Amino acid sequence: MQIVILKTDFLFFLLLAGIFLYSLFVFKDKQLLDVWRQVFRKPLAIASGMVLFFYLAICLLDSIHFKHLANNEKSQEITSVLDSLFEPISKQVETTYSAPFAYSSFVKETILNDDGSVAREFPRLKFGGSHLIDPESDYWPDIWISLIYILCMGFVFWLVLLFIYYFFSYRSRPKSVISFVNVVLVSSGSFKVFWVTLLGFCLLFSFLFVFAGHYHILGTDKVGNDVLYQSFKSIRTGVLIGTLTTLLALPFALIFGVTAGYFGGWIDDVIQFLYTTLSSIPGVLLIAAAALMLEIYMSKHSDIYMSVVARADLRLLALCMIIGITSWTTLCRYVRAETLKLREMDFVAAATALGATKLRVIFRHVTPNLMHLVMITLVLDFSGLVLAEAALSYIDIGVDPSMESWGNMINSARLELAREPVVWWSLGSAFFFMLFLVLAANIFADSTRDAFDPKTND
Amino acid sequence: MFNYLLKRIFYAIPILISVNVFTFFLFFVVNTPDDMARLHLGNKHVTQEAIDNWKFERGYNKPLLWASELDGVKKISETIFFENSLKLFLFKFGQSDSGRDISFDISKRMWPSLAIALPVLIVGICLTLTIALFVAFFRATYIDSTGVLICVFMMSVSGLFYIIGGQYLIGKMLKLVPISGYSEGLSAVKFLILPVAIGVISGLGNGTRWYRTIFLEEVNKDYVRTARSKGFKESQIMLSHVLRNALIPIMTGVVVVLPSLFLGSLITESFFGIPGLGSYTIEAIRAQDFAIVRSMVFLGSLLYILGLILTDISYTLVDPRVRLN
Amino acid sequence: MYLYKFYFIFFIFIIGCSKPWNNPYSTEKESYSIHYSSFAERPKHLDPVSSYSENEARFISQIYEPLVQYHYLDRPYRLEALTATKLPEPMLVHDESINYSIYKVRIKPGILYQPHPCFAKDPQGNFVYHDLTSEQVSQIKTFSFFTSTGTRELTAHDYAFQIKRLAHPQKHSPVLGLMSKYIVGLKELKEKLLASSQKGQVIDLKKFNIAGVKVVNNYEFEIKIYGKYPQFKYWLAMNFFAPIPWEAEAFFSQTGFKEKNLSLDWYPVGTGPYMLTENNPNRRIILKKNPNYDPTLRPSIEHNKQRIDLNFDREVDEAHFILEKEAIPEWSKFLQGYYDASGILSDSFDQVISINSRGDANLSSDIEAKGVNLVKAVKPSIAYMGFNMTDPLIGGYSEKQKFLRRAISIAINYEELLSIFANGRGLVAQGPIPPGIFGYLNGLSGVNEHVYQWTEKGPRRKSIEIAQDLMSRAGYPEGIDTTTGKRLTLFYDTVLGGPSGKAVLNWYRKQFKKLGIELIVRATDYNRFQEKIRKGTAQIFSWGWNADYPDPENFLFLLYGPNSKVETQGENATNYQNPEFDNLFLKMMETPNGVSRQKIIDRMVELLREDSPWVWGYHPTTYTLYHKWMKGVVPNLMARNTLKYKTINQNERREYRAKANQPVLWPLVFVVITIFAIFFICLFRVKKDKTTSV
Repeated sequence: MQIVILKTDFLFFLLLAGIFLYSLFVFKDKQLLDVWRQVFRKPLAIASGMVLFFYLAICLLDSIHFKHLANNEKSQEITSVLDSLFEPISKQVETTYSAPFAYSSFVKETILNDDGSVAREFPRLKFGGSHLIDPESDYWPDIWISLIYILCMGFVFWLVLLFIYYFFSYRSRPKSVISFVNVVLVSSGSFKVFWVTLLGFCLLFSFLFVFAGHYHILGTDKVGNDVLYQSFKSIRTGVLIGTLTTLLALPFALIFGVTAGYFGGWIDDVIQFLYTTLSSIPGVLLIAAAALMLEIYMSKHSDIYMSVVARADLRLLALCMIIGITSWTTLCRYVRAETLKLREMDFVAAATALGATKLRVIFRHVTPNLMHLVMITLVLDFSGLVLAEAALSYIDIGVDPSMESWGNMINSARLELAREPVVWWSLGSAFFFMLFLVLAANIFADSTRDAFDPKTND
Repeated sequence: MFNYLLKRIFYAIPILISVNVFTFFLFFVVNTPDDMARLHLGNKHVTQEAIDNWKFERGYNKPLLWASELDGVKKISETIFFENSLKLFLFKFGQSDSGRDISFDISKRMWPSLAIALPVLIVGICLTLTIALFVAFFRATYIDSTGVLICVFMMSVSGLFYIIGGQYLIGKMLKLVPISGYSEGLSAVKFLILPVAIGVISGLGNGTRWYRTIFLEEVNKDYVRTARSKGFKESQIMLSHVLRNALIPIMTGVVVVLPSLFLGSLITESFFGIPGLGSYTIEAIRAQDFAIVRSMVFLGSLLYILGLILTDISYTLVDPRVRLN
Repeated sequence: MYLYKFYFIFFIFIIGCSKPWNNPYSTEKESYSIHYSSFAERPKHLDPVSSYSENEARFISQIYEPLVQYHYLDRPYRLEALTATKLPEPMLVHDESINYSIYKVRIKPGILYQPHPCFAKDPQGNFVYHDLTSEQVSQIKTFSFFTSTGTRELTAHDYAFQIKRLAHPQKHSPVLGLMSKYIVGLKELKEKLLASSQKGQVIDLKKFNIAGVKVVNNYEFEIKIYGKYPQFKYWLAMNFFAPIPWEAEAFFSQTGFKEKNLSLDWYPVGTGPYMLTENNPNRRIILKKNPNYDPTLRPSIEHNKQRIDLNFDREVDEAHFILEKEAIPEWSKFLQGYYDASGILSDSFDQVISINSRGDANLSSDIEAKGVNLVKAVKPSIAYMGFNMTDPLIGGYSEKQKFLRRAISIAINYEELLSIFANGRGLVAQGPIPPGIFGYLNGLSGVNEHVYQWTEKGPRRKSIEIAQDLMSRAGYPEGIDTTTGKRLTLFYDTVLGGPSGKAVLNWYRKQFKKLGIELIVRATDYNRFQEKIRKGTAQIFSWGWNADYPDPENFLFLLYGPNSKVETQGENATNYQNPEFDNLFLKMMETPNGVSRQKIIDRMVELLREDSPWVWGYHPTTYTLYHKWMKGVVPNLMARNTLKYKTINQNERREYRAKANQPVLWPLVFVVITIFAIFFICLFRVKKDKTTSV
């Protein structure tokens, strides 16, 4: 086994490291810590923060890639940790559509009987519900028993977590177990929301754990791939587009914004001209044009054979960059305005008077004070970018078609609505997976902005 | 005022030129004219001669930026860049790669785009204002917070789902309107109802939340307090004072997008089969018709800059304190 | 503003009472039948000189009339005279040691063009709309600007004029290269025209002559071609040889017309049963009956009721072709009765088609209950996988290389491909010639014995063990090269992409894996793909061919040595060279259909099967659905001018539409009531809050 770090993986790790450093910074700075406490004071913000954390964790699992080097076979296949977690499911490919929790195919198939006659019927699935001996009678009992099992398991899991917390929360350990339960159940606000959400996650995990082995929880798509697996794989694409785009745009926005704001004069004019030009090109068209060119460029240089994963990864990165180019101008404008303000501040003037060089002033005094802007932009842009990915993939200028993404799922599933009876699960899964992420991001962003920018807070 | 406008227009020209240079590099340096010719001449019996001929006709056989063997002005004017990019300033978009005149098509197709975008804007603003006012009126109650939550929820649904779901539900299941299509004149209404409704609904969440914020900003201002202390009814304050003053930021926000309405919406138009500029662009992207995409990029930038200028003007009209210079 | 809106809504309600609300069309007149169908991509060319694709032929074949046409009902496909008095037959002449064939053609007198402004003359006999001033041109908004029209009799000059147009450098006729090899003087004309156009002159074709086309009088002309080329008669049935009046060319080539998109490429002028009245390729294309069309001057179709249910009482008066980009709306509208015909989406296949116990495809019961008819036909085309014969690994003519290719041919299970990806819509090919074309053999005699073995139930693919055995004989036991000890790796070039493409490519990989071969897929765009084929750098690729005409020559020439892609830019994409095959090809071309020709073809096909430059792929089948009110539909994949045979029963259609489109209102009412309810509850709550708090 050999660890493979793709380009986007690297950037994502960089981002996580950045977040980690920032949180260290926050814990040192009392004022900032207060602001962040404010963010998490709203119950909804806690729940959405946890959902976001969940998505980030999945993304992280899906970003640790490795190659199997078994059997001396030179295999190009690159898999991720998430893939191995989903191992049985991702390999359980049916022939075609099957509904969620189905044990037989959604589509009739021609079956050649032993006597040579041909029948057209719904065949049993190869994997979904294959443990049922007589599906007609065993199906519902199996589902009910599993559900009860899930409830118990989820609760037990949750209680275990609760007790672990109880024993380790030495700082404010309640006097007795009963008073602890009281705290959890009766206490209002963040603490309770946290544990209720956690209960939800526990139930969800046990649900996935119990059912995923036996059924296709969200059905299968046209070529029989598990939709649940696809939806989970799409998380990485969505999260990466949402975060890396801003991350890639960040250096440009910061450097140009700060230089323009701090130095002024002709530098300011040139930079202003640059971003007015870029922002005057309609974003979609720019992305479309660049994506077209990228495709041509890549196919021109396809002779250097790359693995499918690496190619898709490169395209994802390129897409992030292109969207980044169209979106850095807004941040740049904010940064410039803020720098203009900061330049006139007393502490900057004092530093200059004390003989600090310009570079030192910029790095020591100006840039750190811009970080909250960056933070707000990162969070605020996130949801819009996730939605944009879906729309772009829909018009064929998004991520590589071989890559799982919600946009690709919608794109390949839109014809399914013309079927009778309608195939809704692919679209539905993409809808809900996206909805939860974007909703959580939006609520979290609201809360963040309110905390950092108290003007709009009412 | 006049001087200011002149200055703005002169400022716009270098921007448009650099947009042109940018797109030119994007299109011609990566994708050679030979590739374009092959793409458009089809696949059966294509000879090199036919390709040369195709390039000759569109002037793609000239050097890209600099004709070194010619002299004088011709060094610049006899190039693909001059022919294809600078002529855009005269609105001579030329021929599309498939052979139709682009200016003609644009002039025909911007009206259906407008027929959707304008009602979406007007109905959208009216509806959003009403709801935002309603929510702001009940500020700091459950109605307000549920309203905001619903808005956030509506924002979080991808626009694709509004379109796909709306067409499926209203068009296919309920059979209330034609599924897709377009016609000129009055009978266009039955085709437009659904896309317009979808456009309005998909923009509702975002708009309501934004307007609500603007209203709340106004509500906390001094003049409102004064009015309240004078004994005006709350509903009266909302409708006459708050609404009137909040309209200034709202309207200037609208003016920016006004020129761009012509460009239409990419996905809605192609999904409902409306022959507007949005679907025109998508078709061009899918058919890799670079001449059209290039023209649309130019047009888009032009309209955007126009929107900025209009915004400046509208500021002076609305707020006499602002003077342009 | 609001008043207008109410007026609009009221207007819709008025319409709503009289017919289904979702009817996308304006009211139709009684006893005036309109045929509705859709098109997915706007046609690029409607000028017969440059149009070469199926979706364009759909329109212009109704408008233009070449000399001959395909008989609508007879199979195998047969030509009949359309505007000519009889089928033109070649006459061999020998002149200065070169062989020529001369086609003498006589056309029927009295055939008139459609009414068109280019023919309009004022009382003095001058053309009204030729030589317009730039001022007049600037007033033109749409085509309806031209109010007066005229017509003229079809003459032999018009056919000759069109042949000259083939050489026009700005028309980019796709067959110019091919036809210059045959028509005497075409090449010289092309060079002359090119020279004068590069000098910047406007080309007036009337001033040029072509050596091989001689107009005897108004109704007679001759075409002279080099050598013997019996297939030339099929070309005469194609739109490249339709008549174009010089007036039309003169009319449309006026300055300023092109900027208004007025050109023959968008507004055809023909003698056919229909004429184009509206061309908005962004929305719809409308064809109306040509009032000058006289059916008595065209071959009549014998009414043979036993053969097919034809009903020629009421022709289609108008045909509306509507642009439909997305597949779902198109399909839904077909089910709602707003389109008369539709293809089948692969996604709705199971809803539409049920396979009976004998494995035949039929309509499913609920679609059949709607009164839909299914028309099936095997297309005269082939989709194949080609090996680049110049490639040192996979190409070549040694026994071992043949074994390798044959092993691959056995391993790629096209039956499975068809059933997984095409719902079984196709017929696995045994050789290059598809059914319906002379030379195709059915049953035992047509089986490719290198890949199939004959059983009582028909041909069965040979087992994979035989293929593996062939692999060892080729020097690759289990896919390992015996000389190097490495696994055999092959490259497959394709233009497939997207979600469905991915599945197909994986499937291909699996097929090669059966032999131990590692297949590496190089997916590119179409340009790059073509470039690779042209340069001969591809190894394995998939391609297809659609018949231009129903003659085996049109398929076998794809493997004719002198047509090699790399050397001559011909259509022989695999660059297959076999002297015996090439000799037989020349003989086959000249032999008329009959026993001796069949013998030659059999030998040629056997040579091909042995050398296996292609994996023979499959012949796709088209399934088209028609509503029952559309009559006169016969699957004829060669003739495109079939609109004139079709009829529509409007009453049936109206009834169906009314039944299928009952609007469902209650959810809307429910939503409106809910919104009002919420609104009032809020108001009520506030009142109560206010009263309690005060």
